[in-house]
Amino acid sequence: MCGIVGLFLKDKSLEPQLGALLSEMLVSLTDRGPDSAGIAIYGAARDGKGKVTIQSPFPERDFPGLDAEIAKAIGEPVTMTVRSTHAVLETGIDKLEAVRDALPELRPDARVMGIGDAIEIYKEVGLPEAVAERFGLAGMSGTHAIGHTRMATESAVTTMGAHPFSTGPDQCLVHNGSLSNHSNIRRELIQKGMKFETENDTEVAAAYVSSRMADGLNLGKALESTLDDLDGFFNFVVGTKNGFGVVRDPIACKPAVMAETDQYVAFGSEYRALANLPGIEGAKVWEPEPSTVYFWEH
Amino acid sequence: MKHDVVDVMDKAASKRVFDLSKSTLRELNQALHEVREGSNELVWEVQNPKGSHAVAAGIDAPISVDVRGNVGYYCAGMNSQGTVTVYGSAGPGVAENMMSGTVVIKGDASQYAGATGRGGLLVIEGDASSRCGISMKGIDIVVGGNVGHMSAFMAQSGHLVVLGNAGDALGDSIYEAKIFVRGSVKSLGADCIAKEMRPEHIAKLQELLDRAGIKDVKPEEFTRYGSARQLYNFNIDNAAAY
Repeated sequence: MCGIVGLFLKDKSLEPQLGALLSEMLVSLTDRGPDSAGIAIYGAARDGKGKVTIQSPFPERDFPGLDAEIAKAIGEPVTMTVRSTHAVLETGIDKLEAVRDALPELRPDARVMGIGDAIEIYKEVGLPEAVAERFGLAGMSGTHAIGHTRMATESAVTTMGAHPFSTGPDQCLVHNGSLSNHSNIRRELIQKGMKFETENDTEVAAAYVSSRMADGLNLGKALESTLDDLDGFFNFVVGTKNGFGVVRDPIACKPAVMAETDQYVAFGSEYRALANLPGIEGAKVWEPEPSTVYFWEH
Repeated sequence: MKHDVVDVMDKAASKRVFDLSKSTLRELNQALHEVREGSNELVWEVQNPKGSHAVAAGIDAPISVDVRGNVGYYCAGMNSQGTVTVYGSAGPGVAENMMSGTVVIKGDASQYAGATGRGGLLVIEGDASSRCGISMKGIDIVVGGNVGHMSAFMAQSGHLVVLGNAGDALGDSIYEAKIFVRGSVKSLGADCIAKEMRPEHIAKLQELLDRAGIKDVKPEEFTRYGSARQLYNFNIDNAAAY
């Protein structure tokens, strides 16, 4: 199983409520994925600044003083916001890769969850409600967000095996389904220089989309190419800095429902996830077609 | 079971009303299952389903249930004798394994609507998505809009009527169910072919349209599809292929 929720806001006045709305959507799909949960949330990008989200299994030991140490290592000020096992390091946009490079030596147990102008990623093992609470999801604002509740099939229940997966700047992908040719695709992507953190099939899908976008395809075209090259069952929901995309495999046995109003576009594995969104009574609600790419951009 | 607050008896209409924002799905379905022969509790209304699963599943009495809103998986599953009307859309597996009675969906239905149904009538006024009527075994399904891919897959008996268009692989590996499509068929599945509309088919289709309350549509506008009977009969000449 697994549950996916996504919310892409068109109406700026809803931005302060993004975390609260997504949190309720996420918790409503707990029984589709009680193993672990995660979210990617895109805040307004700040001029010249970017963010690195990191995770540590030992936050009390790893996070205190880390901002100063990273700042020293990269030669630029860093501000750090700690949320439970995750911390967001904000610094100059051209120093983000330097932060990633400096981290292994300073904190060998810490892992990078996502990098970009706008993206923050939080994911942990546990019930969705507990995960949402530990990160304070309900209090977050932003332009769009994607969440996932996981019932693991293809790799272990670990923090790193939870979704979303981020394999490119400001990119993330969540998945309901299972891929059967991920080992082959992983080998091909490794040859192209992509790096992998897990044995998870979804990470391969995320890296595949990132690789296609790095080849110059836009989000829509990159998602279309998953239909040619990825074998298995999938509903993918993908986020970029300005965009939000959805694609279902040709068999389309994994459930999906979408809703659109003047205020937002929303995705849910089931209607339950959408039932309490504002104005849902008047929304256009539909089941996305198989082998069809849907995407929206700000 | 007593429902002082949530289960309001509307005396004028003798209607029992369940508000699922106040009572549990278990209470609703348990109450529906407790209706006995000779009961006067024949009219029910369900409010605020909000995509709940298995709403009004397992009915085994000649009762009428109106559901006000969208439902999730397996609404009216295994229905026997009941009439369930959903004033909204339905998630996957609506009326799955229905035995008898009538289920009407005013909106759209998700995948495998009416799957394995053995009897009764399922009417979907909007579109049905993939695998509508998969493995149907006697149910009659009338869809006002389109059906998705692999509808009537391995359908054994009963009728699937589609006023709109059908997606890919219609009637794949079909047995003796009959399919009537008014619009286009994207592709036919293995061993499914177009067939002649004989008078008995016109009469049967008219009866199904009447039961579904559909007017202004003539049976002659439809094409019949069914089994070529080349796949499910063992043929000794094909032994090498097994």
